[in-house]
Amino acid sequence: MNQKSKLERMFESGHFAVSGELGPPKSADLETVRHHAEDMRDYVEAYNITDNQTAIVRTSSIGVAANLIQMGLEPIVQMTCRDRNRICLQSDLLGAASFGVKNFLCLQGDHGIFGNESGTKNVFDLDSMQLINCAKKMRDDNVFIGGDELEHPLPNIFIGAVANPFADPFEYRALRLAKKVAAGAQFVQTQCIFDIDRFERWMEEVRKMGLHKKVKIMGGVTPIKSVGAARYMQNNVSGMIVPEELIQRIKGAEDRKKEGIKVAVETIQRLREIEGVAGVHVMAIAWEEMVPEIVDRSGLYPRPKVD
Amino acid sequence: MIVGERKPLAEIAEMLKPFSKICILGCGTCVTVCLTGGEKEAEETAAALTLWGQKEGKNWDISTGTILRQCEYEYIDEYTKDWPQYDVILSLACGVGVQTMNTRLPEKIILPGLNTTFMGYPLEQGVWTENCLGCGNCVLDLTLGICPITRCSKSMLNGPCGGSQEGKCEISSEVECAWQLIYDRLTQKQLAGRMDEIQPPKDWSTSHHGGPRTMVREDVRVEPEEQTRTDV
Ligand code: SF4
Repeated sequence: MNQKSKLERMFESGHFAVSGELGPPKSADLETVRHHAEDMRDYVEAYNITDNQTAIVRTSSIGVAANLIQMGLEPIVQMTCRDRNRICLQSDLLGAASFGVKNFLCLQGDHGIFGNESGTKNVFDLDSMQLINCAKKMRDDNVFIGGDELEHPLPNIFIGAVANPFADPFEYRALRLAKKVAAGAQFVQTQCIFDIDRFERWMEEVRKMGLHKKVKIMGGVTPIKSVGAARYMQNNVSGMIVPEELIQRIKGAEDRKKEGIKVAVETIQRLREIEGVAGVHVMAIAWEEMVPEIVDRSGLYPRPKVD
Repeated sequence: MIVGERKPLAEIAEMLKPFSKICILGCGTCVTVCLTGGEKEAEETAAALTLWGQKEGKNWDISTGTILRQCEYEYIDEYTKDWPQYDVILSLACGVGVQTMNTRLPEKIILPGLNTTFMGYPLEQGVWTENCLGCGNCVLDLTLGICPITRCSKSMLNGPCGGSQEGKCEISSEVECAWQLIYDRLTQKQLAGRMDEIQPPKDWSTSHHGGPRTMVREDVRVEPEEQTRTDV
């Protein structure tokens, strides 16, 4: 129970880590998710499980995590501040830890107005910074936000956060990461990287501040499945930058899907060269079957073993 | 000020159906200034309802009036001294006014003609914007006058989320990102370093989350026997 997560141990052994992503379905039948998880088994260390992403009701992240643990796989449970107050977040953290979840990714969450329950009441009792800090204090100081003590120490949990170098104000984004690290983030996953030049500029700031030595930075990579998908991300997803040249490159390719994979592989290869990038987080939602190929062609297969 | 929007005429007509003698009562303060519930709007609403009634075969007897502040007994009492016999009052005040009227005039039926929307100010002619949620624990000192609780769509206290782009909030290109504004403001005053401090979880108990709030000022309170309140 007290062993660190595999993801944390990967980083500790100095390996370049790979995580995947699973999007829970709108049903209690998890066969497809389990199937996708199985396909990626030997290619990723751990799986992010999204928490009602884009405010669309789906099976809970913790529910899917229980399935992964049964399968002998390692979840990264995403926890957003949108739907749960501090009582529920702290209680869910304990509940998930009780059956072996070690990795928690604390994030703000997309606003509820985007989803399929747009009349919902957005909670936002805590913000992501406070949630990160809350998890750290539960683990390190044995206290809840309100000051009560945990009855038993929380076993080793590995606290994650997100970082978005593509959001504004750009000059503040490295400082924001510093703040998350100070709050307790041990690893961060970034927004999907399409504008790698901007990512590199951000990493420069991050290195100047020495943050890469304090937190494991995983670059977010999403293979582009179609021109339409790229355009959608370019125009409709705030906090994303999809350069026009990239869209033109895919558009001009003979086999657009192959090109999308090629771009993802090139991105990962470039990320591996950047000082301070400790891993990649591959988000191939609705294209999960490509993850093994992407990981393999990026030179990251077979995955190293850690004890 | 308190900002409201008039309810759709169809909704008002539906709630007035069971009645015949109606008073449409404007309020002379906030909702007059935001052009939704003053004397003029009371008259406009009366005219529109009369037309509606004619079309739908409803013979309403509609009068109008205005109270300077429907949220204070003093003004209500002054106005209702010679209060005529209406079946119903359609109040164009905010929810505070409607409820104060109800409390003061329990024998009457008072219905809301507005949806009370927010506390805010006129941004420009014809545009009002929300800027205070009344959370009971003001943080405008930290941000130099831009409320993150109200103006950040996620009420974040520790800086911008990942959805902030080109000064706009992720929820809409029409909404400014409060944290971009705060960042710019603090930078301008060479205080951006403030954003590095972790703001702890907010105590929401001072807000409505602590239950309906009452403020008591013992220093200005009147002895119980002197009180004129009827609802205690
Ligand atoms: S974009 Fe700005 S205003 Fe909108 S939720 Fe994020 S931080 Fe708040």
